[in-house]
Amino acid sequence: MGMTLAEKILSRKAGREVRAGELLVVEVDQVMVVDSIAGSFFKRLEYLNATPRYPERVSIVIDHVAPAANLEVAKAQKEIREWGHKHGIRVFDVGRGVCHQVLVEEGLAQPGWVVVGSDSHSTTYGAVGAFGTGMGATDIALAAASGRTWLRVPESVKVVFRGRPPKGVTAKDAALEMVRLLTAEGATYMAVEIHLVDGAETLSRGERMTLANLTVEAGAKAGLVVPSGEILELYRVPDWLYPDPDARYVREVEIDLSTLTPRVSVPFYVDNVQEVAAVRGKRVDQVFIGTCTNGRIEDLRAAAEVLRGRRVAPGVRLLVIPASSQVLEEAARDGTLLTLLEAGATLGTPGCGPCMGRHMGVLAPGEVCVSTSNRNFRGRMGAPDAEIYLASPRVAAASAVAGYIATPEDLLPLEEAHA
Amino acid sequence: MPRVWKFGDQINTDDILPGKYAPFMVGEDRFHTFAFAHLRPGFAQEVRPGDILVFGRNAGLGSSREYAPEALKRLGVRAVIAKSYARIFFRNLVNLGIVPFESEEVVDALEDGDEVELDLETGVLVRGGERFALRPPPPFLLEALREGSLLDYYKKHGRFPGE
Repeated sequence: MGMTLAEKILSRKAGREVRAGELLVVEVDQVMVVDSIAGSFFKRLEYLNATPRYPERVSIVIDHVAPAANLEVAKAQKEIREWGHKHGIRVFDVGRGVCHQVLVEEGLAQPGWVVVGSDSHSTTYGAVGAFGTGMGATDIALAAASGRTWLRVPESVKVVFRGRPPKGVTAKDAALEMVRLLTAEGATYMAVEIHLVDGAETLSRGERMTLANLTVEAGAKAGLVVPSGEILELYRVPDWLYPDPDARYVREVEIDLSTLTPRVSVPFYVDNVQEVAAVRGKRVDQVFIGTCTNGRIEDLRAAAEVLRGRRVAPGVRLLVIPASSQVLEEAARDGTLLTLLEAGATLGTPGCGPCMGRHMGVLAPGEVCVSTSNRNFRGRMGAPDAEIYLASPRVAAASAVAGYIATPEDLLPLEEAHA
Repeated sequence: MPRVWKFGDQINTDDILPGKYAPFMVGEDRFHTFAFAHLRPGFAQEVRPGDILVFGRNAGLGSSREYAPEALKRLGVRAVIAKSYARIFFRNLVNLGIVPFESEEVVDALEDGDEVELDLETGVLVRGGERFALRPPPPFLLEALREGSLLDYYKKHGRFPGE
């Protein structure tokens, strides 16, 4: 019987053949810590009377509340800088960007690696063929202290994306459709192994990150995209890093990209996915374009394409937060940023910002937000009755212009808009 | 006697501890006082040490934030019973030494406000004259639990349980 991609990676780490269901302790290649748990992380290391075993394998990213929103946060971030300096740990400070984007940009997630992160969307590293998984502060502290972590080798669900998406359909729509089909618990404890075939292998690294990112919304432990296309040009992909043709899967799902339409995830559950048409016309107060799901340069460009020559509707706030300083620089260089600003966007510091309601873009009671992020849980971005609709950057931008949930095709053509 | 606090399906980490009340936002000494602040205001003030939380399906989905179960631990919660768990939450419970029991039947049978006794090692739960058998925790967890938490275990033995 052949092996899945998860079994291949964990077997390589274990130095022997391992199968779904086995409990293992494996070496980790990178431990990612975010600002919001850094305090708990330090406390646990202190309790263990330990320091990071391999300082070069630990990264701390100040992104969840950046810049600091209050005195407590400022003190916590000061401690991160001092601790990082003292122990020779890499610290990505305010403005560098969202943890997952930054780690990929810095080459700190590589094909075949095991990367553990203190953020649930650490599945994102699967875009480049790394076994990325999210954990809590205790696991992260133990991983830093020992250089290892314990894992149960997961079963796998195979998701095949076939064909090329029509214009206007994006990786976000594909990812939301995947979550709808799998449901919020359909891949719990499992790896989602993503195969891109019949044209879909042209999806970029960024688009693969969107897919791998959202696998955790189906409960996945890891979201592994089988290396192909751009990944083979950008990385040295080892020969063994492919699933066997006769690997065993718990379930197989196929999504034909060529027949897909724009999707939106409706409050208060991510797997409550519908066609945009089903909620078209819903009044919008805020639109947020950014996050580890959709804050990359191609996302900002897609939004700019819709917004060029148009204005955000009166009474609507459009927040744009590039996923990293590199994204911000690129958007400044190629004119994307100016287009967004001319349309009326408000720009935020690269980071996680409003995604979890801690600062910037907090929603008031009864408000409605279209967001390119990954969770629409009750109360996540502010008031418990505020509503979050998850969509692609195109749909988000169009909704900002219309003042209600819309696709770019619903907007007046530019000539008429200016007539 | 410990009481049961019953919640529904798909209780996420934002429900358990809204992100804006993370320890680094409000301070280490009071974040737990915001447990279930949106979903069940007053919970943190009324819950008593030894009380048991009961959830439906996919308990604890969402964020990896360990301070959600940590808030519960600080409030004295030692066990959770759910129909099923989200992965990271399950792991965080284990790591903190809160025992995660899984049972559709017992969750359906229990009601909010019930007074019960629960033996964490054997899984025997008693309500009035009724007795329920929950599957006891796996050996891996029991080993860690006997030291308090996974952290305590690692501190004492310098390795992971079962290693």
